Amino acid sequence: MKKTIITVVGKDTVGIIAKVCTYLADKKINIEDISQTIVQGYFNMMMVVDTANSTNSFMDMADDLEELGKSIGVVIKCQKEEIFDQMHRI
Amino acid sequence: MINIFEVLETNNMVEKENLDVRTITMGINLLSCVDKDLETCRKKIYNTIYEATKDLVATGEYISREFGIPIVNKRISVTPISLVGGACCKTVEDFASIAKTLDEVAKKVGVNFIGGYSALVSKGMTKADELLIRSIPLALSTTERVCSSVNLGSTKTGINMDAVKLMGEIILETAQYTKENDSLGCAKLVVFCNAPDDNPFMAGAFHGVTEADKIINVGVSGPGVVKTALEKVRGENFEVLCETIKKTAFKVTRVGQLVAQEASKMLGVPFGIVDLSLAPTPAIGDSVADILCEIGLEYAGAPGTTAALALLNDQVKKGGVMASSYVGGLSGAFIPVSEDQGMIDAVEAGALTLEKLEAMTCVCSVGLDMIAIPGDTKATTISGIIADEMAIGMVNQKTTAVRIIPVIGKTVGDTVEFGGLLGHAPVMPVNPYSCEAFVNRGGRIPAPIHSFKN
Repeated sequence: MKKTIITVVGKDTVGIIAKVCTYLADKKINIEDISQTIVQGYFNMMMVVDTANSTNSFMDMADDLEELGKSIGVVIKCQKEEIFDQMHRI
Repeated sequence: MINIFEVLETNNMVEKENLDVRTITMGINLLSCVDKDLETCRKKIYNTIYEATKDLVATGEYISREFGIPIVNKRISVTPISLVGGACCKTVEDFASIAKTLDEVAKKVGVNFIGGYSALVSKGMTKADELLIRSIPLALSTTERVCSSVNLGSTKTGINMDAVKLMGEIILETAQYTKENDSLGCAKLVVFCNAPDDNPFMAGAFHGVTEADKIINVGVSGPGVVKTALEKVRGENFEVLCETIKKTAFKVTRVGQLVAQEASKMLGVPFGIVDLSLAPTPAIGDSVADILCEIGLEYAGAPGTTAALALLNDQVKKGGVMASSYVGGLSGAFIPVSEDQGMIDAVEAGALTLEKLEAMTCVCSVGLDMIAIPGDTKATTISGIIADEMAIGMVNQKTTAVRIIPVIGKTVGDTVEFGGLLGHAPVMPVNPYSCEAFVNRGGRIPAPIHSFKN
């Protein structure tokens, strides 16, 4: 199963990671890696997750996380890992 | 494993620099639809296209979501209709009725353009070819999404000057038929020399007879990505400049390759080619002219423009070729005027003329594109412009094209509004001297010699 990359971009507030992780745990999605950085004053986080045992489809997860992002004032995107692999690895 | 900076770089390209997959174009063979009876032929065409493409738009949207990359257009190209309709079409109205069928099925499956209302007449015209060409004004004025193209010459056959003369008249007639909409019909009509069989871009896409029954071709675009990358190497030498363009082109083409493979898998249709083209849109930051300025020109059209465009085009191809094993023949920089804000600015500043654009087409990926000229331009003058462009393609063994819009009722100084991706354009002056006697000679210009290159 290919991995999914979740990115969170927005103003830093308390509990962003907690909320995203709670959702993922709820759906049995395993987090393999988390990293974060501040770019031009914006909070940027990236998670690599494995959705092999997920109880949700990719599209449902993408929709749910987008909604969750809206409720905490950040932008959350789900993308299949291949696009980054293709672009940055030969 | 992918790191956060790589992820951010990709997403910035999409969100801030207008990286997109410009089109997924499905090519469909319609030769099986040939029939003596017009109604049967139309029915077969409708059904064949509908069956093949009913999932195309939904698939495009799914892939777009999966990878977080916009796929702007989903399109269809079909076998040149002069071949398909030849057996049953006896009048221009017969041919135009096939155009209507194409339009109906395009609307039904939700694609925004369908290409292939075409004839390939690089050496001679059959009766059906000529009839189709004569039906173009009617076809384009009574349909919305149908695009038409005519191949008038090639390096191997020379230039069919009878067809060139006819197309000058047809372009003017199409302008007349669609004069209420600033002669918009001509924006959906292009003439070629050395037309490629697998072009995913409109208005010139058709499904060549050398292709399989169905094929997926993808066009990617990202002038903004190249422009932004070049901002970081201002003042550096040509080696650094070329390296930067090449690397960026590689990354952009890889996205196209991924989308093409995924679409091919989901639709069960073989993958044809990825065409990496720097195809601008009227959106700010999505301009090829801006790249030329970033390379070091005050305006596109300034001295040095042809050289800058030549290196840009070549580096784009070099990066693209490394990124995909099947790169389309048109890959490179497109230089449409109305679709590129930087080009429009250059024309308005007086920096860019029709003659300079012609010189630029010797080194860019296609040709004179989306250029508005005065509506009272003579048909023979349009044919002369076409002949010049065809000669460039023929001698240099490259594809060249002309998509020119004589805007009825408008003249130099006026502006034309085509709307949407087609943009707006200032009407450009055309050389006023006549080429009537040249165009009226009739016959063919022979193919150029292929040896004695020294």
